[in-house]
Amino acid sequence: MTRLLVCPPDYFGIEYEINPWMRLSNRVDHERAVQQWHGLMRVFEQDLGVTLERMTPVAGLPDLVFTANAGVVVDCTAVVSRFRYPERQREEAYFEDWFRGHGYAVVTLEKALFFEGAGDLLGFPDCWFGGYRQRSDIRVFPHLSERFHREIIPLELVDSRFYHLDTCFCPLSGGDLLYFPPAFDSYGQSAIVQRVPKDRQLPVPDDEALRFACNAVCVGKHVVLPSGCPATEHLLQARGYRTHSVPLDEFMKSGGSAKCLTLALD
Amino acid sequence: MSLHQETVLISGHIIDSLILAKVLDIILMMGGAFDLEDVHIGTTREEPSRARIVIRASSTTLLDDILKAIQPHGACAEREADCRTAEAPADGIFPDDFYATTHLPTQIRLHGQWIDVDRIEMDLGILVDTRGTVAHALPMGDVRQGGRIVVGRDGVRVTPLQRPRERDVFGFMESQVSSERPHHHIITDVAARMRQLREGHRQGQADSRVLLAGGPAIIHAGGRDALTWLIEQGFVHLLFCGNALAAHDMEADLYGTSLGYGLAAGRAVPHGHEHHLRTINKIRAIGSIDAAVTSGVVKQGIMAACVRHNVPVVMAGTIRDDGPLPGVITDSVLAQKAMRAAIPGVRLALLVASTLHAVATGNLLPATVPTVCVDVNPSVPIKLSDRGSFQAVGLVMDAASFLSELARLLGRSA
Repeated sequence: MTRLLVCPPDYFGIEYEINPWMRLSNRVDHERAVQQWHGLMRVFEQDLGVTLERMTPVAGLPDLVFTANAGVVVDCTAVVSRFRYPERQREEAYFEDWFRGHGYAVVTLEKALFFEGAGDLLGFPDCWFGGYRQRSDIRVFPHLSERFHREIIPLELVDSRFYHLDTCFCPLSGGDLLYFPPAFDSYGQSAIVQRVPKDRQLPVPDDEALRFACNAVCVGKHVVLPSGCPATEHLLQARGYRTHSVPLDEFMKSGGSAKCLTLALD
Repeated sequence: MSLHQETVLISGHIIDSLILAKVLDIILMMGGAFDLEDVHIGTTREEPSRARIVIRASSTTLLDDILKAIQPHGACAEREADCRTAEAPADGIFPDDFYATTHLPTQIRLHGQWIDVDRIEMDLGILVDTRGTVAHALPMGDVRQGGRIVVGRDGVRVTPLQRPRERDVFGFMESQVSSERPHHHIITDVAARMRQLREGHRQGQADSRVLLAGGPAIIHAGGRDALTWLIEQGFVHLLFCGNALAAHDMEADLYGTSLGYGLAAGRAVPHGHEHHLRTINKIRAIGSIDAAVTSGVVKQGIMAACVRHNVPVVMAGTIRDDGPLPGVITDSVLAQKAMRAAIPGVRLALLVASTLHAVATGNLLPATVPTVCVDVNPSVPIKLSDRGSFQAVGLVMDAASFLSELARLLGRSA
């Protein structure tokens, strides 16, 4: 049974600009955002039978809704994020409280060792990948690798529009990889090719990558992704996945989509 | 090109991710150079790898730019600390954990400043003076109780050799030894260096001396005249040898034999085996080699040339020596000291036909001194490089042929 941590968008909005998607002038239609969020939750709970843990939203923390960046959870341990931008650093204490309150052993990283949680750490059961340069610091991965006894291949994110690894890279349950190659340099692309066989790679087209097709949530053979990505859906269906597209464009104004709005708990 | 360098560390899954390759590419693409040190590759997928990279650049600005460019990929400057020192517990004994030197240029960090270690030589310790401002390499036997000796590895850095500007055989800095490699170009390059150094020496430049360390096979093989000529023409400025080279050289002058063999006739001369003993006895009676030459008893040869041309000779004795000749230092620690004291200013070393003197001299030479080791037996140059003198170019050939060819290239008529 999959459990996801989510946070209702009561205070979601654009109050600062910390990625190329965010424009203070591009106002969020709050009512629409709330509807889209509930639509997403409905798919998880009703269609996929996912258990949702809901955090209490906090006024003044508009991005708390993006729980993928709370940290990373491995078994009963939670490593809490250290955000690069001060605007999001205030979220850390709330995420930490939530993990402690729910019985997780909490690991905190030294200050200035930036790490933005499951936004930048994704993987297959035996091999993880860490996105760095835009938000997380590459030096965090050796620490996590040692703690969790997993190989972590660092991948430099070279396009600021794809500022977290989960915006351009989505490992799927069957060993397949949905990703957008141009978000990585040639070193990163070669490293990916070394770990994921060619027939398991599902590269998404440019226009859909920019609609955050890769910011998808995979639950068993189901993949939940933002609407407007028919080619990606076709790729997934051809590999035997069932796709569930959800309109999430209000969250795209902030540079987030389906995956950013969830954190896998176990 | 003045070089600036910094050591960085990088760790994690840096191999399969190609992060290490990326960092090295960045260094090269920006115009820097690097040496990979202490590369440890994880033995399992989970185990991280790590590498120490020494980065060199032609200016501090370029070095800073490179460091800034690689820092986001996890390559961080090694934390710099002052070196640690401890007092020598007794005369002739280093503290535990003393830093053992290499013969490469070495610096230590004292009070936040990097200073050069003077008189560098392999297998010594580093003594810091009482004010903590200068440091030099020091043999174990020379340390006095309470002397401050560098311990551990923090705050010590060793600079790899730069390729010399000269595009000659020494530029390759490889001590591959083979009797099947052509000799001529090596001897030509040695001759070119000697010509250059003689010029510098004549102009009074301190750092332009040529050292020759040789064994008696030079005399037996027929290289005596060529070496004498090289000394007389001002191409050799310092001679290291043992009792035998000097004894047989003067035996040749007094009796025309070398260890009893007629040098001209090429056969054993009746009672010839006594000649070197009679030679040694005669010089002992006179009191010194200098006196034997200046009084006209010894007229020709290597020792005579050294005396007449003020070429210092350090003669180190061994346990099989006859006599020995006056001037031979029989205490090997004192002999080592005398050789060490004579080394500064040497810019080319020729180690010819002597295992003992070649290895002993190799031990004392900084890696920055171009060195040629000539022996008919390949094991001698191999032994020299195995013992750390990697800068030595090995030449498997007979001493007389080498010296004659060298002299010919430097203008001696055949």
